[in-house]
Amino acid sequence: MEPLNIKSSKAAGHSKYTDNSTGSHGDSISISHGDGGFKTGELIEKTISRFIKNSILDNFEDSATLLFGKHKVAFTTDSYVIDPVFFPGGDIGRLSICGTVNDLATAGAVPKYLSLSFILEEGFPLVSLEKIMGSVRKTLVEAGTDLIIVTGDTKVVSKGSADKIYINTSGIGIIDEKVCLSPSRIASGDRIILTGSVADHGMAVLSARKEFDFKTGLKSDCAPLNKLMAECLLCSNNIHAARDATRGGIARALIELARSSGHDFHINENSIPVKKEARALCDFLGMDPLYIANEGKMAIFVSECDAVKVLDKIRKNKYGKDASIIGTVEKKGKGNIILETGLGTKRILDLYYSEQLPRIC
Amino acid sequence: MEKLQKTLDEIKYLVAKFTATGKCKKIKIMEVCGTHTMSIARYGLAQLLPPEIDLISGPGCPVCVTPSKEIDNIIGIIRKYKLTVFTFGDIIKVPGTFSSLSAEKMSGAEIRICYSPSDSIIFAEQNPGKKVMFIAIGFETTIPLTSVIIKDALKKKLKNFFVFSTHRIIPPALDALLSDKNVQVNGLLLPGHVSAIIGLEPYGFITSKYNIPAVISGFGPDDILISIKMILEQLASGRPVIENSYTGVVKNDGNPYAFSMINDVFAPVDSEWRGLGIIPLSGMALKDKYSVFDARKSFPVKVSSLPEPAGCECGEILKGIKTPTGCKLFAVSCRPDNPVGPCMVSSEGTCAAYFKYLRRK
Repeated sequence: MEPLNIKSSKAAGHSKYTDNSTGSHGDSISISHGDGGFKTGELIEKTISRFIKNSILDNFEDSATLLFGKHKVAFTTDSYVIDPVFFPGGDIGRLSICGTVNDLATAGAVPKYLSLSFILEEGFPLVSLEKIMGSVRKTLVEAGTDLIIVTGDTKVVSKGSADKIYINTSGIGIIDEKVCLSPSRIASGDRIILTGSVADHGMAVLSARKEFDFKTGLKSDCAPLNKLMAECLLCSNNIHAARDATRGGIARALIELARSSGHDFHINENSIPVKKEARALCDFLGMDPLYIANEGKMAIFVSECDAVKVLDKIRKNKYGKDASIIGTVEKKGKGNIILETGLGTKRILDLYYSEQLPRIC
Repeated sequence: MEKLQKTLDEIKYLVAKFTATGKCKKIKIMEVCGTHTMSIARYGLAQLLPPEIDLISGPGCPVCVTPSKEIDNIIGIIRKYKLTVFTFGDIIKVPGTFSSLSAEKMSGAEIRICYSPSDSIIFAEQNPGKKVMFIAIGFETTIPLTSVIIKDALKKKLKNFFVFSTHRIIPPALDALLSDKNVQVNGLLLPGHVSAIIGLEPYGFITSKYNIPAVISGFGPDDILISIKMILEQLASGRPVIENSYTGVVKNDGNPYAFSMINDVFAPVDSEWRGLGIIPLSGMALKDKYSVFDARKSFPVKVSSLPEPAGCECGEILKGIKTPTGCKLFAVSCRPDNPVGPCMVSSEGTCAAYFKYLRRK
């Protein structure tokens, strides 16, 4: 489920000229409603969630935490519409397992059961579907021997009614009774650990699109992070919150947590790892790597006393080699993020207000 | 960092020396190019400079200087002739006076965003039954690319390919700007990429006619600071010249081959710039030899534009007379997701830069 970013909107006046659409009569969905930025939040708030309000949904976490007696269960769902279906470092099959597994992992859950549903376009080659299923199986095995797909659905639509293949996965995971990860536990002094370089996924997918002719060695970072998370939870009881930095990038993940925790964060731009190639491509296209999607990176909030221990643990995992402490949680405040640039100057890191890249996950 | 600190120390020394002469209290340096504006905002460079230096933004964002009437005209053509349109991403959100390309796209017009102009000509070749129009936008940096595809279209004798040129050139606009008595500028940061094509010579009037220092600058924070230092040195010496600090990319005579491509295909015509009015010989129209590809001639339309939105200060902002925060609409009814004026639409617009990096909550 998409977390929300609620902010008052005074936009008015020119709605008929632009693709502004906040639910009033005659407006329609624009591509920027799906970018994970400001307009996505606005759409969910004004048009979707208000019809179905309840105390669990209203937490707007990546996974809902459900109580069954003493047992805590995490539940999540996600749809995957990426273009192209096969990209450097992964495909839609791997992505649809990793995305849901990682949403469960950020709640501190051990992923157990998944669903897998397809919407297929008439004409999509069976050999491609087999390749995707091979990738699904491989990723499941990598994520955990006891992780299984227990239900699914297949729908086919006529040519042109969808683009090749869309996948939805939902997941259930078990949360240990001692584990409680939530933005509300974020505290002053917490260190923010980022598990590796940002922008690899978005830039790799972009360079694989047919309209681009870029030759890069960039690969998507698409990976299941549940084992990395489990290792962290085993080595420290002071992990307070985690968020995977998918659509909207590390910027969005941090902004959401700052707002929902009500703390200001201080982030050092220099300590955020960005691969040289990803940065060059971002510069060329006028994009900011902090806003580009990742599929195998998490921000983890941990007490100062355990930060180094947890960082060392993460760096030993193959998906956390480049992990780094990127910032600190400051006092209670407005939920602003102060970004200190490499030059020592400071600026506010805010939600991106218009689409950077559609169909990246 | 050490090198940067040294540059900053020199800047402080030069500012103190210059202001001690009593000639002026504030030193206004205009960055002509939108990429400079973005870089200055992103790295918070103004925070590092002495308070006597005012960095102001100029008319160097092609999207921003395109008048709404021109957008209206393009929309008129699309509606009347049902073309397949190719263009760069930035322009599609710019509001005309009654619609935008993005609104037209949502109501079914075939508008495709491309990253390379050659995509449009390839599409035209592959789809001889469709009429294809490329909306060409940009300064000297992108005109050679448009020239190449137009020459290619002639070679291939394409009957279904057209170009709507909104190309404009920088030197006449600078001349018009500096001759405006309301515009007070002590030095100019000249655009790196435009200069890579045209070289130093076309800027000669800046020193000979206006006696203002001007330095061609790269886009990194250190490039910009060094160029500012060079401007201050010229001010201190009282002998303004056109200097080039971006020697790795810009040769003094520019790129004669690219320049000759431009001259083969395009001829300068009078053109209206938003905020600056009609500037003699500042627009680029297709020469007669290529007029069969000229969308303006092939698709005549009569469009009645509506009045410009009240309160929009883009014109004053483009001249550096006002800053975005001086506009009543800024961040209230004009935001990147619902822009009123083009300076908010373009990713390199001054208002977008302020909104993203310099806004205070």
